[in-house]
Amino acid sequence: MSRVDRIWPLPGGIHPPEHKSESNGRPIARLPAPHHVVLPLHQNSGLPAEPMVAIGEQVQRGQLIAKGHHPVSALVHATISGRVTAIEDRPFAHPSGLSVPSIVIESLSDQEAALSPEAVSMAPMRDWATETKERLVSRIQEAGITGLGGAGFPSHIKYLGQRQIHTLIVNGVECEPYITADDRLMREHATDIVTGTQIALKILSASTAFIAIEDNKPEAISAIKAALVAVTDTRIKVKVVPTKYPSGGEKQLVYLLTGREVPSGDIPASLGIVMQNTGTLYAIKEAVVSGTPMTERVVTITGEGTPNPGNYWVTIGTPIQDALAATQVAVTGNRPRVIMGGPMMGYDVDITAPVSKVTNCLLVPSATEFPTAPDPDPCIRCGLCEQACPANLLPQKLFWNAVHHEWEQARLNSLSDCIECGACSWVCPSNIPLVQHYRFAKAEIKREAIETIKADQSRLRFEQRQARLERDAAEKDAKRKARAAEAAKAQAAKAQDTPSTLDASAKDAILASVARAKAKKAASTGPVTQEALENTVVLAQQAVDKTRVKLATAVSDGLPSVEALTGALQKLEKRLADAQSALQSHTETGDAP
Amino acid sequence: MTILTAVIALLILAIIFGALLGYAAIRFKPEGNPLVESIDNLLPQTQCGQCGYPGCRPYADAIAGGDAINKCPPGGMATVEALADLLDLPVLELDAEDPDAEQNRIAVIREDECIGCTKCIQACPVDAILGAAKLMHTVIEKECTGCDLCLEPCPVDCIDMVSQPVTITNWRWQSPEAPKIIATDRAETTHEPR
Repeated sequence: MSRVDRIWPLPGGIHPPEHKSESNGRPIARLPAPHHVVLPLHQNSGLPAEPMVAIGEQVQRGQLIAKGHHPVSALVHATISGRVTAIEDRPFAHPSGLSVPSIVIESLSDQEAALSPEAVSMAPMRDWATETKERLVSRIQEAGITGLGGAGFPSHIKYLGQRQIHTLIVNGVECEPYITADDRLMREHATDIVTGTQIALKILSASTAFIAIEDNKPEAISAIKAALVAVTDTRIKVKVVPTKYPSGGEKQLVYLLTGREVPSGDIPASLGIVMQNTGTLYAIKEAVVSGTPMTERVVTITGEGTPNPGNYWVTIGTPIQDALAATQVAVTGNRPRVIMGGPMMGYDVDITAPVSKVTNCLLVPSATEFPTAPDPDPCIRCGLCEQACPANLLPQKLFWNAVHHEWEQARLNSLSDCIECGACSWVCPSNIPLVQHYRFAKAEIKREAIETIKADQSRLRFEQRQARLERDAAEKDAKRKARAAEAAKAQAAKAQDTPSTLDASAKDAILASVARAKAKKAASTGPVTQEALENTVVLAQQAVDKTRVKLATAVSDGLPSVEALTGALQKLEKRLADAQSALQSHTETGDAP
Repeated sequence: MTILTAVIALLILAIIFGALLGYAAIRFKPEGNPLVESIDNLLPQTQCGQCGYPGCRPYADAIAGGDAINKCPPGGMATVEALADLLDLPVLELDAEDPDAEQNRIAVIREDECIGCTKCIQACPVDAILGAAKLMHTVIEKECTGCDLCLEPCPVDCIDMVSQPVTITNWRWQSPEAPKIIATDRAETTHEPR
């Protein structure tokens, strides 16, 4: 057996009842266009897209109505022609049951519809083989194509990787019970899927493509093989894989076809492999060759609760209840219960939520088909889960880690490699909802990681704030000290400067007063008159007499001022004698001339 | 003679290694107490001061110095358990007025009523409030740790602590009920033994 034909059997896996025959017998029918569509702006867990239309605006099918800034958020196109009637929170097909901002478009009346153009479409690229890689990738992006298999990430991202790709794997495995959308699509549009594969090969410059189909879909296998014979492309080969759940998981299928394991936390591109769902390749072909943006998809509507199980082309954004009503399912209130996806990985949805790009199946079970899970019994450590795990994990250990909140241990036991396929829960004889425990553990680990990042950020901000406050305080302190030093210096300078400054002002005043006194003296002594001298003598005589009286009383009273008075009297007597002699000499000299 | 050779050889080795160790002890001495670092890493970094210390780092210092490990209400029992695990201490009951108080809250300023006094800005330990004197202030939601420290200084009481709504981005899977070990436990719905 050549390497190309070899299959590497998958470890673990289960064989649940397939329930495919209910829905795969009839051709894909087209549901009537819905009266209104709800288009969530959250296409996946990325950031929401920004609406580009206003309420009341008329839009055409295929018109771009919202655009994300983040590369992981896809473009949103109007899926019917009509009028935007609301941009508001609407229920969304998600396990949380939360509402997200959505654009609601109501179809036009027949009259209006006749007047408006039917749909917006892009220029068809019939000669896609001559187009550049960049143009083809941007076409995939502009058409709003997301992976139709699971997470719903925009498909063009797979074609933008820098890693060299040698193999494209087309995933037509569809291992989940009940779902037959890819099966029917391969049977009816084999040539289109092969063309899509050729386009993808051209963009990736890959040398090989494997179209993997489970052996429970013989019609699809022969249809694809016939289409391949018609195009004679030797790069593309069909690989038939044994029916086993979950062979269609990305990492599982890579191992199944190549025997190589995708490293933990990495994507198949690290092995030079890109995987695409058959439905995605059909949408790529439509976008490139026909220029049609993605506005509808094949949805399997099945389960015992639906009278007409089968596959239907459903306009994306059609409320689930409207889609069900169109297939004659009795809808009342929030009944019936609807599971979006298959019984293994699907979840209950609000039936007012719209069909999204990742809605591959709407499962309407009867009350007996999926009875409520019985209360879990204790783990008996039988080890069946370990045999069933397709990722070679230890589900039992992970379960204990999750129950006891041992996140670090769970991480070391490679919880992140769990694909949440549900095989372990399926085989558990104690009915333990193992996958729910793992989802909770994953969510808690993620929450802790986010909190750690936030705590580190807060710590950084706190420390930087403290540093800033300290720096500010130090600066203030330094400024205050500088001011104090300046003030002290100024004080010292003032003290030194006081005499000199007094010189300038007070000295002048002193000099002036001295000069005035001198002038006065000169004036008084200059033209000395007889009368002035006589006056001086009289005044001196009076002072002497006064002092003598004071001295006499002081002596008689025995006061201590006697001595001072005696001194003063002597001085005054001397002044009197001076004045008398001055008068005498003046009289002599004055009389002489 | 052989004994002497052995003793001398060992002595020489002892001196060499002693010198090496002595040099390494000085040369590679870690800065600060590494235990404080690991304690600080477990604290939630809200810097709220409810422990009685001005921030998480000082409380980490205090714990390393022997203080109780149950004084951090924002961290909740998870932090107490983590600290007990790290320090090998018994788990204590959380020392908080309301141990069940919701932690996922942020401050929101009613901007119409803000008088621009800057008192909350000065109180915020992580600089999560933006504004200037006599101008409206606002909280940077992403940076708010919900520590309540801005409520007290506000002279017009225009700050509310608001619970963050569950949105598609912060929604988390909840834990399913774990199977009970003893079958009779199932009958007791009011009592939670775990």
